[in-house]
Amino acid sequence: MDTKNVMIVGVGGQGSLLASKLLGRMLLDEGFDVKVSEVHGMSQRGGSVVTYVRYGTKVASPIIDKGEADYIVSFEPLEAARWLPFLKEGGQIVTNTQEIDPMPVITGAMTYPENIVEKMKATGAKVDALDCLSLAKEAGSSKAVNIVLMGRLSHYFDMPEESWMKALEASVPPKFLEMNKKAFVLGRDA
Amino acid sequence: MGNEAAAFGAIHAGVNVVAGYPGTPSTEILETVAKNNDGSIHVEWSVNEKAAMEVAAGAAYSGARALVTMKQVGLNVAADPLMSLSYVGVKGGMVVVSADDPGPISSQTEQDTRTFAMFSKLPVFDPSSPEEAYQMMKDAFELSEKIGSPVLFRPTTRVCHGCASVEISDSYDKNIPDGFVKDTQRWVIFPRTSFLNHQKIEKRNPELGKELSSYRFNTVTKRSGRKGIAAGGISWAYLNEVLTRIPEAKDVSLFRVGTPFPFPEKAALEFLDGLDEVLCLEELDPVIERALIYTAGKYHLGVTIHGKHDGCVRTAGENSPESVLSDVGSFLAVKIPESRKLPEKPETPVRPPVLCAGCPHRASFYAVKQAMKGKKAVFCGDIGCYTLGNAAPLDMVDTCLCMGADVTIAQGIKAVDKDTTAFSFIGDSTFFASGITGVVNAVYNKNDIILIVLDNSTTAMTGHQPHPGTGITMMDFFEKKKEGIREDIANKVSIEQILKGIGVEFVETVDPFDQKKAVETVKKAADLSGVRAIIFKAPCIALEKPKALYEVDADRCKSCHKCINEIGCPAISMKDGKAFIERTLCYGCSLCEQVCPFDAISQKGGAL
Repeated sequence: MDTKNVMIVGVGGQGSLLASKLLGRMLLDEGFDVKVSEVHGMSQRGGSVVTYVRYGTKVASPIIDKGEADYIVSFEPLEAARWLPFLKEGGQIVTNTQEIDPMPVITGAMTYPENIVEKMKATGAKVDALDCLSLAKEAGSSKAVNIVLMGRLSHYFDMPEESWMKALEASVPPKFLEMNKKAFVLGRDA
Repeated sequence: MGNEAAAFGAIHAGVNVVAGYPGTPSTEILETVAKNNDGSIHVEWSVNEKAAMEVAAGAAYSGARALVTMKQVGLNVAADPLMSLSYVGVKGGMVVVSADDPGPISSQTEQDTRTFAMFSKLPVFDPSSPEEAYQMMKDAFELSEKIGSPVLFRPTTRVCHGCASVEISDSYDKNIPDGFVKDTQRWVIFPRTSFLNHQKIEKRNPELGKELSSYRFNTVTKRSGRKGIAAGGISWAYLNEVLTRIPEAKDVSLFRVGTPFPFPEKAALEFLDGLDEVLCLEELDPVIERALIYTAGKYHLGVTIHGKHDGCVRTAGENSPESVLSDVGSFLAVKIPESRKLPEKPETPVRPPVLCAGCPHRASFYAVKQAMKGKKAVFCGDIGCYTLGNAAPLDMVDTCLCMGADVTIAQGIKAVDKDTTAFSFIGDSTFFASGITGVVNAVYNKNDIILIVLDNSTTAMTGHQPHPGTGITMMDFFEKKKEGIREDIANKVSIEQILKGIGVEFVETVDPFDQKKAVETVKKAADLSGVRAIIFKAPCIALEKPKALYEVDADRCKSCHKCINEIGCPAISMKDGKAFIERTLCYGCSLCEQVCPFDAISQKGGAL
């Protein structure tokens, strides 16, 4: 099959590394060749971060070019907008709606764009915007936003729910498994 | 992850001793060995890269297989032992991993370890994928043992932090070191032996280049056309991706270089044979490019080599499939079909990295800023999370050069700019790594600085590695598995005792979240002269659970923006004209409460 591209974007510290691990593991178990490119270091301190996940029959490059992403999964709407030029024609954006002001906005040097989801839709992009934070809190922890988002993404994938759950079991500590499963299902069924 | 693959490669090669210093993108290699240690491997975060190199050298002198890990700038710190080791050699296999960071994404420089390999005359392996990082590691140990010399291994960020499924072998090599055998001719470096060894090295490397020409990761694919492309590292992976998209490329010969030094000249000659033009694709220095130009000149070949020197390829930053596609397209004079018009994105404000909400460094910087208000002062910073103190509104880092330089740069500035107060800010891990000699220098030369140690009890930026001040070692992973406990095994090294031992008379340890005391202490230090040291001690938020959170009483908030304009906490913003604290980000540090002039901020309820 042709290589499929997923970008996971957000604010450093929001849990994008666990999300990409979960997705990568699930795809690997499903028999795909998978390449993931993570970001560590300085930008993990509240900067704009991006993780690339690519899968298919045979994948060489770990990174995704502009206009090539089948999915952009975003922890924060402004970050979805930032990476919009990477979306493929007909590609899908799945984004959390919780807005986090970057420092230049907090200090008043810049402004956070208004109606950002509508602006993205106006470019022709398909946008699924979901309040993942509320669902994560409902599941038991505000930290589970990443799993809610992955649950929402799974809605667009053909893989059975069990494959995701198996990958989830392998990715999170047993202590938090039930809470994360709940978060996943809340996202999936939202 | 490529780093994990490299680690397993080393474990399966029977590595006995692993030493390193944390640095993005190399850090997870050593951590992976520690986590998968059955207790037979000595694993340590050394105090710095030089110490790591020497620990590994001693082990390799004694017949052990030794691995050293660091990032590219760490190799500068370890350059002294490495350059001499190149002449002295080793007995057991010794692999030096120096991870390069094209971009740079999380580094000070875009230096190239392959160039360092040429400079130190040591062979270098350059994997292009996590799979190869695993396979090449074993090859690197074998080559090192065969030639009796350390070898370099340089993955780049996209290989280090690229994840792929890697098949690993079930069989482990077992290497039982026979211990150190005395031989002064061999292990004591002298001018005469260096001269003799230098001759041997210069003879060895061209022969090795010939031998490596048949190495499995130096490959030549001859095709019918008169053009060829040479590539190495991750650029080779990008090239493979791109070639499937350009039908015109099917006649192009390919040369993939897995050991850029010693250059596989025989393979290069086979590749160059019959070609008119060659394009070189590699990140950082034009190493393959220069070697091909050299080879073409040496053998009087009528081939033109394109690359960085003639502007065909970018000279700085990372390559990408996109850049490689454009470079190959231009080289083959084929029109790359325009990709569709990309969606116009809305205006997006930048999101630079910031100190976390609750970070003790913010409180420390703020205390110094308050104490020095209206006075002339210079703030020399260093490498770590606290470099982020440079951003507005804190704006408390005037210089940053390299590990440990804050202490000594401040002394140089003060020597010239006599009416300024020179501050140096250094983290705890950096203090141990390379700050101490700077303090000795200041005490000895009666230089006048205020040293601020930002002690958060961890190496935060690289992912919370322990250091001498924490009392935790990398052997604890194994001990923990065995005993089911995690207790301090090592004696904690006290920064305060070190400073006093050096002869610093003014040494005070203060909690930066006690702003009143923190500001007073800085003022007191500023009124004195000589070397004064303040240790701001409070743990990194990643080591602690959030405390009780804070809330703004909107009725009391006078919208003065002081909390916003002065401390720059990512959890505080203005909502509906009033300050607002985002509870999911707040750590309960209390700094905003202490800053608010109207008592509008107070503790409300427990952590989420």
